[in-house]
This record gives sequence, C-alpha cells and structure tokens, in this order.
Amino acid sequence: MATETVAVVDGHVEEAGGLEFHPFDQFEIKPLFGEIGDPVSWYTISNATFWMALAALSVILLLVIGTRGRAVIPSRVQSAAELVYGFVYKMVEDVTGKEGLKYFPWIMTLFLFILFSNYLGLLPMAFTPTSHIAVTAVLALGVFISVTVIGFMKNGMAFLGLFWMKEAPLFLRPVIAIIEVISYFVRPVSHSIRLAGNLVAGHAMIKVFAGFAAIAAISPLSVVAITAIYGLEVLVAGIQAYVFTILTCIYLKDALHPSH
Amino acid sequence: MEGDIAQFGQFIGAGLAAIGSGLAAIGVGSVAANYLSGALRNPSAAASQTATLFIGLAFAEALGIFSFLVALLLMFAV
Repeated sequence: MATETVAVVDGHVEEAGGLEFHPFDQFEIKPLFGEIGDPVSWYTISNATFWMALAALSVILLLVIGTRGRAVIPSRVQSAAELVYGFVYKMVEDVTGKEGLKYFPWIMTLFLFILFSNYLGLLPMAFTPTSHIAVTAVLALGVFISVTVIGFMKNGMAFLGLFWMKEAPLFLRPVIAIIEVISYFVRPVSHSIRLAGNLVAGHAMIKVFAGFAAIAAISPLSVVAITAIYGLEVLVAGIQAYVFTILTCIYLKDALHPSH
Repeated sequence: MEGDIAQFGQFIGAGLAAIGSGLAAIGVGSVAANYLSGALRNPSAAASQTATLFIGLAFAEALGIFSFLVALLLMFAV
C-alpha cells in the first residue's frame, strides 16, 4: 500500500497517471452556459451563482411555502421551519440579550444561507459556494462593517471602551489596547477563513479518497472511508453554519455592550 | 524525480505546515476533553455550555485551518 501511495503522490507532481482527477477541480468556477474556457465576468451566470441562487430558493421554499398552511398541527416542513426559527431566535436572545433581537432577521438570513449552501454542496457533483473565500469574506466583511457601525451608532465614542480595559492595571492598558485592536481587525479574516477552510478541507478529502478508489487493492477501504468522511462532513456543514452565526452574535453583543 | 530547489522547498514547507494542523488537533481534543470532564462532574450545567464548547472548538480549529491554508498556498499558488 505504501508504494501505491507514493505512486499517487508522484502522479500529483508529474500530472501523469495516479489520480484520475485533481481534488481541487470541484472548486473551479465555470460559466453555466457556453464553452468551458469562456471568461468569467461579474455578470456571468456561473456554477457559483447557480448554487447560491438555489440555496436562496430553498430558504424561500422552506420558510414561505413551508409555513403557508399555518396549521395548528404543523406538517413536517412547517415544523422544520419553526424549529430553525426557534433555534436561531433563542441563540440570538441568549447571546446578545433582548436588544439584539432587532437584528434577528439579519442573523437568521446568514444562518440559513450558509446552512443551505453547505448542505447543497454535499450533493454529488454539486458546487459549494461557501468553499470560496471570496463568498465567505463578503459575508464576514458585511458582519464586521455593520457591527462596527452599529457599535458607534449605539454607543458613540464609548464604543472605543471595547479596547480600553478598565479592570486591567493602568500600565498594562496600552499594551492590552494594542492587542485588542489587532484582534478586532483579525476577526473578519478568521471568521471567513474558518468557514471556507473547513469546507475546502472536507470536500478535498472526499475527492482524495475517491481518487484512491481507482486503485483496486485499496478501493473497498477507500469506499468505507468516503462514507465515514461524508458523515463527518454532514456534521461539519451544520456546525460551521452554527459557529459562523454564533460568532456573529458575539460580535454583535460586543457592539451593543462594549464595556465587557 | 527531477525538480528545482524551489519546488523542493515548496514540498518541505507544505509538509511542515501540515504539522500545524496536527497540533491544532491536540487543541481541539483538549477543549472537548475538558468540556466532557466538566460535563460529567456537573451534568445539569452541561447543556448551557454547549455554545461555549463550539466557540472554543472553532477558535482552536481556526489556527489548524490557517496552517492547512498555508500548505495549500505553497502547493498550488506559489
């Protein structure tokens, strides 16, 4: 098995034999209509825009069509929609308090869009929009900018107290302030890379094991491994959507109550 | 296998960056282990701390993801 693995690694380098496909082919953005090599502009309908639109459409289907009946005894779709609503509502209320509920629609939108992008991306042959840092960076920058604006609008200059620890000894405060400012500006970076990186790692891992399935001696093992990793990915897709949302809630709490 | 010294350095660097992912795994395991030992001592307080658990896991995991990203950049982008 060790020699076969070496052969596969050689295939990576020399682009001959070994893996049938590259594990990163799945993240390529292609225009949906037209030739493969066509240039992709901002207005081109690519697979990324298609799957993002599909995620948005699924959210609409779940929340608007699903709850249309307004039955006292809910149908399966309606109770799923109510569960998601209640889950996010409770999360916002627990973390940010009552005054954070004003921003609940925004956080619900983020959560459902990321959740559906992640789960639709797990379908075979699908494209995962949230595996692109370009997508997650826009989401994270939106959170960062709006949270900063909300903080300054709610508290005025008192928002800068977020960086000035009153509890710390006086001579340590400037040092802590510098560290706090750096960690504040690193937030959108880690916020976006965490989501994209997790999904890239998981999807690439599935494709690497799918490449091993072409080698007869280890193909049963790799099929079992793909199944196990797929189960893990289902878990990761949900957890990462949850983590992105709860970090948004925490940043919002910092903006609403900057005095620690 | 022929290749220049830059490619050699790329592969060595990517392998070294992968160590970072393994070290982040220690951190993630430590977070989960401490949560579990606390939760088994006081199960009634466990449910209220799951959010904290996931935040801790996310922060520990993010650094491993960063080193994974460095490995990817070295392999495919440099």
